[in-house]
Amino acid sequence: MYFTLLVVVILTAIALVAVALGIARAISPRSYNPQKGEAYECGIPTRGQSWMQFKVGYYLFAILFLMFDVETVFLFPWAAVVQDLGVYGLVSIFFFIVVLILGLAYAWKKGALEWK
Amino acid sequence: MFDFSIVTQWIHSMLTSFMPEGLAVFIECVAIGVCIMLAYAVIAIIMIFMERKVCAAFQCRLGPMRVGPWGTIQVFADVFKMLIKEIITIRHADNFLYNLAPYIVILASILSFSCLPFSKGMEVLDFNVGIFFLMAASSIGVVGILLAGWSSNNKYSLIGAMRSGAQMISYELSVGLSILTIVVLTDTMQFSEIVERQADGWFLFKGHIPAMIAFIIYLIAGNAEVNRGPFDLPEAESELTAGYHTEYSGMHFGLFYVAEFVNLFIIAGVAATIFLGGWMPLHIPGLDGFNTVMDYIPGFVWFFAKSFFIVWLLMWIKWTFPRLRIDQILTLEWKYLVPIGLCNLLLMVIIVVFKLHF
Repeated sequence: MYFTLLVVVILTAIALVAVALGIARAISPRSYNPQKGEAYECGIPTRGQSWMQFKVGYYLFAILFLMFDVETVFLFPWAAVVQDLGVYGLVSIFFFIVVLILGLAYAWKKGALEWK
Repeated sequence: MFDFSIVTQWIHSMLTSFMPEGLAVFIECVAIGVCIMLAYAVIAIIMIFMERKVCAAFQCRLGPMRVGPWGTIQVFADVFKMLIKEIITIRHADNFLYNLAPYIVILASILSFSCLPFSKGMEVLDFNVGIFFLMAASSIGVVGILLAGWSSNNKYSLIGAMRSGAQMISYELSVGLSILTIVVLTDTMQFSEIVERQADGWFLFKGHIPAMIAFIIYLIAGNAEVNRGPFDLPEAESELTAGYHTEYSGMHFGLFYVAEFVNLFIIAGVAATIFLGGWMPLHIPGLDGFNTVMDYIPGFVWFFAKSFFIVWLLMWIKWTFPRLRIDQILTLEWKYLVPIGLCNLLLMVIIVVFKLHF
C-alpha cells in the first residue's frame, strides 16, 4: 500500500517535469545563433575551464556534516522510544551527545569552523 | 472534525462496485497523481503572487495591479510567458546532468510535499516514519542544485551551487535537531499521530521552553534551508547573476523557481504541523463554547491559515534583513545553532523523562 503510493508520487514528479518541459518545447519559438550557446558571463568570454579546482573549505564542512548527519540517523529511533526507556535512555544518550559536543569542540579548536 | 478518509473510502467502494479491484486501484492512483500535480501548481501560483504582494507591502509599493483585479491574473500571465520562452541549450554544458537536475529538484520537492497532512485523513504518504522520510526526501534537493551548478559549465553557477550545498547541508542539522526535540516529546514519527497528540494543546505550548527554542531554531534553519531571506547568497543577484540557475532559461528555470517556492511552503507546513497543531483547531481548556465554534472550521482551513501565517513571517524576515556573508552563515550554524540545538535536545529529554511537560 505504502510502496504503491510512493511509486505513484515519484511517477507524478517525473510526469510533472516531463509535461511542463514538453509543453514548453512544443509551443516555444526556436532560433539558432552561435552566441546563444556561450556561457552567460555578462558578455565577457569565459577564461579557461569552469571545471577546476575548488576551495577546500566546503569539503571540511561536508566532512563535519557527515559526522552530525549519522548522529541524527542514530538519534531518531532512540527519540521514538525514549519515553519507555526513562532515565536509562537519558543517561545513555547524554554520553553520546557529550562525545559529539567534544568532537565539535575539537573541530572548533583546530580551526575547521573558520572560513579563511 | 470531518474525516476526509470517508470520502476516499466512498470513492473506493463506488469504483469497486462496477469494475475489478485492480482497475479501480489504478484509477485511484492516477487521480492521486493528478491531485498532487494540481495542488502543487496551485500552491506555487499562490506563493508567487503572495511573495510579490507582500514584498510590495513591505516596500510601501502596490505590487502588480494592472493585469486583472488587484493584479491577480499577473501570475497566470507569468506562467504563460515562461511556457513560450525558448529553452536554450548550452554548447559546453554536460547535457545529461544539465537536463537531469530539474527532475531531481522537483522530485525532492514533491516527495516532501505529499507527506504533509492537509486535513484529517487528507494526506498521501502517511508512513510511520513520516517525519524522518520527509527529512530524507527533502535533502535530495541539494543533489539537484549541485548538479545544476556543476553541469552548466559556468563559474557563477559553480560558485552558487557550492555555496548552496555548504549552506543546505549545514542547516539541515539544525532542522533535524529541532524536529528531534518534538519527536522526543511525542514518541512517534507519524504525521497523523503527531497532529492527534496536539488535540489538548499545541506542542509549542506543551513543550515548555525547549519547544519554543526549537521553533525559533527551526524557523531560522528552515529559512536557510530553502536559500531565502537573509541567507539567499547562493543566488545573490548582485554578485552571481542568478547563482546555480544562471544557465537555465524558459521552463527549465521555471521549474527551479516553482520548487523553491513550494519548498518554502513545505518548511512552513511542517512548522505548522509539528509546532502549531496542523489541522487541529485552537482549543482553550475551560471555554467549551469557544472550542465548539472552533470545531466547525474545517481542518484544511486551519492548516493553510497556520502555514500561510508562517510563510508570511518568513517573507517579512526576507524583506527586512540584509544578506549575510558565507562565513557569517557558517558561523551562525556551527558555533551557535548546533550547540544550542544539542543542549536544547538534552533539556527536552530531561523534561520528558521526569514528566514535567503538560
